[in-house]
Amino acid sequence: MTESYLPPGLPIPVPEANGLSTPFWEGLKQEVLRVQRNARTGVYQFPPQWIAHDTQTFDVEWVEVAPRGVIYSWTRVWHPVHPALKGACPYIVVVVELPQAGGVRMLGNLLGDPRQEVVIGTDVEAVFEHHRGAEPPFSLLQWRVATGKGA
Amino acid sequence: MTERSLRGRVAVAGVGETAYYRHGQAPEAEFVLCLKAILAACEDAGIDPRDIDGFASYSNDRNDPMSLATALGTHELRFSNMLWGGGGGGGAGSMANAAAAIAGGLADCVVVYRALAQGQFGRFGQGPRATTVNGDLALTVPYGQMSPAQWYAPKAMRFMHEHAIGQEALRAIAMASYHHAQANPRAVMYGRPLTEQAYDESRWITEPFHLYDCCMENDGAAAIVLVSAERARDLKQTPAFVLGAAIGAGYRVHSTPAGYATPDLASSHFKEVARHMYAMAGVGPADVDVVQCYENFTGGVLMALVEHGFFAPDEAMEFLKVENLLAPGGKLPLNTSGGNLAECYMHGLELQIEAVRQLRGQSTSQVPQANVSLAVAGPMVTPVSTIIFGSEASLG
Repeated sequence: MTESYLPPGLPIPVPEANGLSTPFWEGLKQEVLRVQRNARTGVYQFPPQWIAHDTQTFDVEWVEVAPRGVIYSWTRVWHPVHPALKGACPYIVVVVELPQAGGVRMLGNLLGDPRQEVVIGTDVEAVFEHHRGAEPPFSLLQWRVATGKGA
Repeated sequence: MTERSLRGRVAVAGVGETAYYRHGQAPEAEFVLCLKAILAACEDAGIDPRDIDGFASYSNDRNDPMSLATALGTHELRFSNMLWGGGGGGGAGSMANAAAAIAGGLADCVVVYRALAQGQFGRFGQGPRATTVNGDLALTVPYGQMSPAQWYAPKAMRFMHEHAIGQEALRAIAMASYHHAQANPRAVMYGRPLTEQAYDESRWITEPFHLYDCCMENDGAAAIVLVSAERARDLKQTPAFVLGAAIGAGYRVHSTPAGYATPDLASSHFKEVARHMYAMAGVGPADVDVVQCYENFTGGVLMALVEHGFFAPDEAMEFLKVENLLAPGGKLPLNTSGGNLAECYMHGLELQIEAVRQLRGQSTSQVPQANVSLAVAGPMVTPVSTIIFGSEASLG
């Protein structure tokens, strides 16, 4: 996609110098959603950590998961707190739970009408929002209400 | 009561504050405000400021103990303590740390303080201006999720969804703070009452928070002097004894920007913390006469009151009616100085002071015969903390 949900000018997400979250961000550029999993127990975790919280072991693997989820909570932002967002309100932020990945949660915008009714429990599917012209280039994980196809 | 308890061993001897200002309006340097608040607390207690031998604060207060001790000419420094966590989560925790230092023999006279002059530094409610972000911030800021109101709103939203709680419950919390501020000449919102209509018509900040659900941002400073219970009994003021306190969070509660990933999202994170506090104090919610509960956002107060056992989530709509929350006669007088919404956002240290004033009979919205006084620090802002004070009679 060429258009972004929010205007340009917000801080650009980059992996840490130590590379902890690089597989996640590189995955988004390739339209792949990756989360971490304990290689021994299969327990998922997100956001990225160095250690598996259930066994305190360091063999945490990155695995691809289906890019869909369920709205767990949300907010609609009306008051801009960054100059780039002046004129961009309201916009919707959703907390999305991934049942197929142990219920880990992530956050993104809910695409579509910013004044739409948001219902907790609604199925959503990921949209990879590419900012290839940015310096450095990056991709965001966005969400839209699931169409029922291809899930 | 186990020996490993603060109950009855330490007391607040003095409280002090500067004038409270709208953010950016402080006429003096933040460090000067801090010094003046400490001096006011010493004056209130009737102690020589040079006898302070410990300093405790939270939220990365910029006024470090070495500078304060040097400026004040204190005889020696025996305790210096900073509680991790931003915002107001550590207000009660700093009191607990000070009390623990005194009870444990590390220091004799500890001052807890917080000073804010945001015009001289930066505001809390504004997003980061960096070109790039990484770590937990990278997973929220690019989606426009970058201020405390935005980070915490989904927690309240989920809680309200799970328990069918309407906006009226949040409104009652805001109304109580504004009501009490009208009796308090120190309050920034003194003389500026809030009506239900004005609340309803106020703009959204981020749903479910209207403008009046969000704390102010202010300049000023506040300070509290703690000493041993024995010494407090010989000083000027009626002592407010520490009955119990606790600091922390439950299972895998993330730092704020990653809070969406916390398993128990719809929580203020007081479930375990409040239990520990009551256990140490030897009292329960039914014994509490008056409550100060940090309003970063009213939704946090809602969850914190539930998690302190005052009502079940499904009773919130019934309990959170303005008349129940007002001094002197309400079921649970709440934020009787006006709190963060209407007295001053001194990161909740003003709420600790108000909890003490209630036990002294010095509140501008006094609850008659207040013997047990609770002060809850920043809900959702982990590590959270809570403390309960009692009168001499409560030690019985």
